[in-house]
Order: sequence, then structure tokens, then C-alpha cells
Amino acid sequence: MTESPFAVDMQNIVIRFPGVLANDHVNFTLGQGEIHALLGENGAGKSTLMNALAGLYKPASGTMKVYGEPVNFSSPKDAIAKGIGMVHQHFMLVPNQTVTENILLGLNEPRFRMSLKKYDQKVLELQEQFGLRVDPTALIWQLSVGEQQRVEILKTLYRGAKILIMDEPTAVLAPQEIDELMETMKAMVATGKSIIFISHKLQEVTAVADRVTVLRKGVVTAEGIAASGMTKRDLANLMVGRDVVFTIQKTPHNPGDVVLDVKDVRGENNKGVPALRGVSLAVRSGEILGIAGVSGNGQSELAEVITGMRECTGSILINGEEMANKPPIAAIKAGVAHVPEDRTHVGSAPSMSITDNTIMKSYRQPPVGKGWSIDSKYARANAQELKEAYGILAPSVDTMARKLSGGNLQKVILAREISGGPKLMVAVQPTRGLDVGAIEAIQRLILAQREEGTAVLLVSEELEELLSLSDRIAVIYEGEIMGTVLTDQANVDELGLMMTGTRLDHLKKFEEVSHHEEA
Amino acid sequence: MKLPFTITFEKRVEDYPKWLPAATSIGSVVVAFIISGFLLKLVGGEPIRVMNFFFQATFGSWAVISDTLVKATPLILVGLACTVAFKMKLWNIGAEGQFYMGAFFASLVVLVPLVPPETSGFIVLPLMAIMGMVGGAAWGFIPGVLKAKLQVNEIITTLMLNYVAILWNNFWIFNKWSDAGFQMTPVFEKSAWLARITDYARPYSEFIETGGGLATFMTAIGLERISGMTLHLGFIIAVVAAVVVWWILERSKWGYEIKLIGDNKEAARYAGINIVRNIILVMMLSGALAGLAGMTEITGVVHRLQERISPGYGFTGIIIAWLAKLNPFAVILVSVLFGALLVAGREIQPAGLSQLLQGIILFMVISSDVLLRYQIRFVRLHKPAAGEVEPA
Repeated sequence: MTESPFAVDMQNIVIRFPGVLANDHVNFTLGQGEIHALLGENGAGKSTLMNALAGLYKPASGTMKVYGEPVNFSSPKDAIAKGIGMVHQHFMLVPNQTVTENILLGLNEPRFRMSLKKYDQKVLELQEQFGLRVDPTALIWQLSVGEQQRVEILKTLYRGAKILIMDEPTAVLAPQEIDELMETMKAMVATGKSIIFISHKLQEVTAVADRVTVLRKGVVTAEGIAASGMTKRDLANLMVGRDVVFTIQKTPHNPGDVVLDVKDVRGENNKGVPALRGVSLAVRSGEILGIAGVSGNGQSELAEVITGMRECTGSILINGEEMANKPPIAAIKAGVAHVPEDRTHVGSAPSMSITDNTIMKSYRQPPVGKGWSIDSKYARANAQELKEAYGILAPSVDTMARKLSGGNLQKVILAREISGGPKLMVAVQPTRGLDVGAIEAIQRLILAQREEGTAVLLVSEELEELLSLSDRIAVIYEGEIMGTVLTDQANVDELGLMMTGTRLDHLKKFEEVSHHEEA
Repeated sequence: MKLPFTITFEKRVEDYPKWLPAATSIGSVVVAFIISGFLLKLVGGEPIRVMNFFFQATFGSWAVISDTLVKATPLILVGLACTVAFKMKLWNIGAEGQFYMGAFFASLVVLVPLVPPETSGFIVLPLMAIMGMVGGAAWGFIPGVLKAKLQVNEIITTLMLNYVAILWNNFWIFNKWSDAGFQMTPVFEKSAWLARITDYARPYSEFIETGGGLATFMTAIGLERISGMTLHLGFIIAVVAAVVVWWILERSKWGYEIKLIGDNKEAARYAGINIVRNIILVMMLSGALAGLAGMTEITGVVHRLQERISPGYGFTGIIIAWLAKLNPFAVILVSVLFGALLVAGREIQPAGLSQLLQGIILFMVISSDVLLRYQIRFVRLHKPAAGEVEPA
């Protein structure tokens, strides 16, 4: 191995796909013991570049060196042999095998006798080294998402990876898990590993990365600049190519009548465990109520009982009408729009066209439905209008939904839900996994609904999003509302304490006590 | 041998052109014939002569075309039955049983009898068609309800109900309505026969004698003899059914619901669609189409209820729906091809030859799907120095 300051040195990389120049003479260097962030919108060419480094694609031209040594990978095996490991965004784990079994999967050793105990010990030693704690004998399905990710990282480390490519590792994690991951990343570089960190989330990049490379439409717009001096605004500008407005202007809070009135709702999650333990809240027209909380505290179930997708006890009034335990069609007829948490598995039909996806809720009545048939001409023209109005980027309205990027798919879903003229909108994680440009567009659409007088229930794990969009924020913890605060009077520490299980009235009492003591 | 290029399969990034599925399907049938030709040659046969005979025996004259279409008729209907169910990812493999129940229920009209024997065919036949569909639908309803309400796997239930239907039919044929101890009922009254071309032979021969332009034209195209042509009204019924199924799937609200459930059940639930009701209804429609096939077969071909009225039409329907890529019009074309294979199997010795062809066609069409997902690319071989890639 020749001495080189760079773990990875890619120069003038060109990768073409039919009709697209995915990487246009891209330069990228990764220093030894460095965390280098790779930023860019969806489709900017980040994954393409990294897939070339991992041996999945072959560049049309350009040179690659790993630790100073020229390489020409023809398969991922070659890349692994050079110490390059990729931690994929979507985990590739066997749910009913143990952590150690998953780590050993596909290796030549152990050959025949598993002698798991010995390997459990080896895995533990590896964990010690990097502070990646997971019980080696636990089965994958018992683990949280954050723990599963640790298994994925351990898998690459066990295979001797010195260069780790992490593809949007934070997209699936809860806030504390993100913090833990960042600690792990720092621990890994301290032992001489080098990390390429692909992300959309600007604050994470500034928090953890040493240098940043930004890609836009296949071209490098910032090459390995130091991350320390950068502001979020600078990075967003480089990514999107224009100024992105972070503080969204909104009109004063002026709520109307109560549209949604939830009283003492209780329900179970898919595993039959109580997920909602007596939730009560109300949303008025022209108001956004944000639901804050760490994922898995009942937010999804709350949205589902309101939209008729889940059974519950208690009362859910929408414009005074009892809706609890009515089928989804009742909520649709009552004017409830639903932007579901899972865009691809719930919110859209992947193999159907954009047109077919836009009529999912309107095909029953005119003008889309006519007698027993569907007016496909009208539906298509209408989809065309929506495509233009919402800026949906797709070759045509006949394009299948699964060909769309996350942001564009979300726009299709919002276009459909908003065009129904909803009285209540339930939006769950509407911007999760989207890039900066798309997030901005989606947030604007939600605010526009508020102006229209729609009552909006916004579930999000991004506190920042809730603070900038909502009028009031209710915090949910283990299926209970810890308290509701006006956004103007909210402070992040207080919200954080509520998100981890302290009730608002306790906080207030504590404050009073401390005031007394001061006085 | 070292080729100067390699062939690589690349995943298609863009949508394939609209004509491609049809082109690959037709292409694979052609390739299947070519491969069978080679196999024939290998065992010492004369492929060209065999293929020529095959064509002559199935499409060579109006008389054999008529035979081919007679065989195609039940295939179209069971193919449609499978198509509607498969569109919703409901794996109805019970078209065989639904076919038998359709035949049984239709026969009740004349065997019980439900109407006096002297009733006109204009009442008897529609009644039999309705009864046939009711019988098939009932046989689809059972697995439908079990699937919708209790999540019982429809593959198992529909498969098992096939045997129940066949044995149920046999029980009545042997026990109750046996014609002199044979495993068949007496022949139906003529009022329960679907019109066949041959039934018009006499008036036509008289028509030929009178001469005239039309007669000359029909003689010219070789249609001077229609007596013996057994093509019956069932073929028209099957084609109309294909149009109706196409309209339901492509133009109606119900078809939209079926396709949405088939593509993403959760999204359909989210869109407010009643999935339980749709599973039951689609299983009933599927069964009704297969039942109608049973009705046309007994009223158009055998004219009695008997044992083994189907040589496995219901199972062939699964293959047909699949090869037709769930397109009702393609079901007609594929059924005609399979009808031809059935006719050829009767004419060519050994009969296994047409089964061989059937198998190879199926294999080819299924593997041709690769061409829809990947494109073939010829890449010139070159060996670049390590670390360097030649500019493309």
C-alpha cells in the first residue's frame, strides 16, 4: 500500500445512463480519518457516484484510487477486498436470525459448525472498539431501527471495511438515535476509518462532517470545502441553485370553529399493544395543530383512527359527526384528506399511472365518475392540470407512480388530497426523506391549506418543521398527550422534556416552585 | 471461441414502448415453433412437413378453422375468468370446477326440467346461460367468502373445489340421469342446442343452386360447403364476453377498484374501497365466466351432460390469462392458438407433439418478460489499464 493522504481519490468521473449524464466529470476525495459529507438533492448523482466506488457501476471515464493505488472495480467483491463497505439506507438483514448470524451471513467462515458463542464474543469485541452496542444473540426483529442500523455497520466493519459509505443513515432514525449514530461515526474515524456520509439534512452535515462535496444535476458545485464555516443557507444554495427560504412567512393565528374533536381515544397498534391511551385534542379550521413526538409513540395510530383506517374506543367528532370506527370511505365523504406516513405502501398504487393515482378518491362522483364508468379523458386532463399546478416532474401523466422520486410522489398525493377541497387534513411526516426543494414546496402547500380555512393535523418528527408551520403543538408520548402549547410560547427544551415523558403541568409546577425559591 | 464483444443485460431506465409486450409475445411463439422444429429434426422428423401439416390441420380450410374456433370458445371464457381474478391478484385456479358447476346448473333447466320440454329455445338457452353463470358464480362465492372474511388461501380452496365439482357432476350423471347406464345424460331437446353453422347447411345449399353474386363469392373463398361446420353461437358469446370484460376492467369504476386492489391493497383500503365485498364479487364474476364456458360447451358441442366434458380447460385458462398478459382481447388470440394446438393434437401422431409445442410456447413467453425489464446491449471488449477507463 502506497502512502497517500487520500483514502479515496476519484477524478473526472463520468457516468452515463440512457439520456442522462448522471456524473459529469466529478472529482471527489476522501481523506484518511475524515468524515466527508456528500450532499445533493434526489437525482443529483450522489448514489451513482458511490455505487461506482462500491463496484456496482463502471464509470465511462475517469480514474479512481484507493489509498493511492489505482483501482478498476468490476464487481462489489473487488471493492470489499479494497476495504470499501456500504451501509445501505434499506437494511439487508434476516429478521428471524440473530445479530451474529446476520453478521456472518455470506462469509466463508465459519465453514460448517456454527459455534456461535465464539463469534458472539468476536462481535462483542468489535462493538467495544467502536461503541456500537447491540446484543449479539438478539433476533433482528426484536431490535429497534437504530439498533438494526448498528448491525449493518458492524457487518461492514466485520468484513474489514476501512472506508464506509453511509447512504442517508439518519433518514430512518429518531432524534436521539441520530445523536448516538454521530457519536459512533466520530469513534470510528478516531480509529482511522474514513466515512462518506450521504445526507439531505443540512444541520447534520454541519454537525458531523469535516468537509463537504455538493452535487447538483451530476455536476460538483462545491468540491471538498471545509464544513465548519458553512451555514445551512450556504449549503442549501449550493444544492438547489437558488435561495431557499427557511423561515416561512405565515399570517397570524386566526382559528375558526372546531373541525376535529378527539375525546379519550384508545387503540392498539399492529402488534396488539395499546398505542393510544386516552388521547383528547381539538383542531379548529384555519389552524395547524402539530403533533410532536419520537416515532412509535402513537402518532401513526392517531392519524389512522381519525381517517378510519384503524379501530378504537372513544369519540372522534368531525364537524360534529361521530366518526370513530367508521370505514375510510366515511372519512373521505366527510372531507378528510389524509397524507399517509407511507407514501409508497399506502398513499399510492405503484404500477398505476399518475392519472389513476390522482383519482383514487374522486372516481366515485362526477366529474370523474359517470354512471358506472370513469371519464378517463376528463381524469387525464385533470391530472395534466394538477401536474402543472403542483410542479410534478414526470415525462407524462401516464408515467407509473413507482418511477417518481419521493418528492414528486408526495406532490401527486398532496395534489389529490388538496384538490378534494378538504375540511380537515391529516398529514403524517409529509416531508420525511425529501430534499430541501421538495420540503419547501410541500410545506408551502400545507400552509396554503391553512389559509384556505382547512383544519390541519400535522404529525412530524422534525421539531423545526413543527415550530415553523404549526399554530399549536401537542406532544405525544407513549400514546398520551403530554401537553399542548402555543407555538409562539413554545421552547425547545420544554418540548424535548415532554417528548421524553414529562407532563406540561409538571413542568409548570416545577417552574412555579423554582420561582418561589428564587423569590 | 472468444467473441470480440460481450452481451450485457441492462435494466431499463425508461418505460418500454407500448408495442413491445405484443412484439415479444408474438416473437416468442415464433421462436417456440423454431425450437420445436429443431427438436423434431433431432429425433429424425421432418420439421417443415410437420409444421405444414400442423397449419393445414388447424387453419388450412374453413372446416378446420371452424374446429379450431370450437375448441377456442371455452378457452376464451375460462381465460377471461382467470384474467379478472388475476387482475386483483386473486389466484382463482378453480375455473375447472366452476366450468363443471356451470354445466351442471345449466343442465338443470332441461334435466329437472325447470321449463316444459316444448318451450322455445329463445327462452331455454338464455335461461341455461343464466343458470350456468349462477352455478359458476356460486362455486366462486364459496372460496371468495372464505378468503374475504376468514383470510383462507384461495389457491387451496379453489383447487380443492375442482374435485368436488367433478365428483358432484359424476354423482348425478351416474345416479340420476344416466342414459342407459352410460356416464352421460340423454341428449337434450333441440331447443337447448346453440345454433351451429351446419344447422344452416340446407337453406344454403338451396341458395347455391339459385346462383347469384354472393354464391359465386363464397365459392371463390372456399365456403361452398358449410355442412359439417360445428362452430356454434358460443364463440360469439365468448367474444362478446371479452368485450364486456375489457369494458369492466378498463372503463368502469369497478374495474378501477379491481386494478387498485390488485396493485396495492393498502392503498385501496385508504381510498375507501370495500375490499371484502370486492373479493367476493370478483370471485363470483370469475366463476360466472367459467360457468358460462361450461354452459356453451354442453349446449354447443356435446348436447348432454356427461363425464369429462373438459379436458382441463380450467387449468389451460390459467396459462392463457398469463400469456395474454391479462388483456381480454389478447385472451381471444391466445385461445385460438391453444384451440389450434388441441385440434392438432387430435390430428398429429404422436399427440404429445402439440403438448410439447404448448410447453415450449409457455416457456418462451414467460422468459421473454426479461426483455421488458432489461435491454440487451453488445459491448465491445477492451482491456483498459488498471485505474484508467478509456473515454467512451
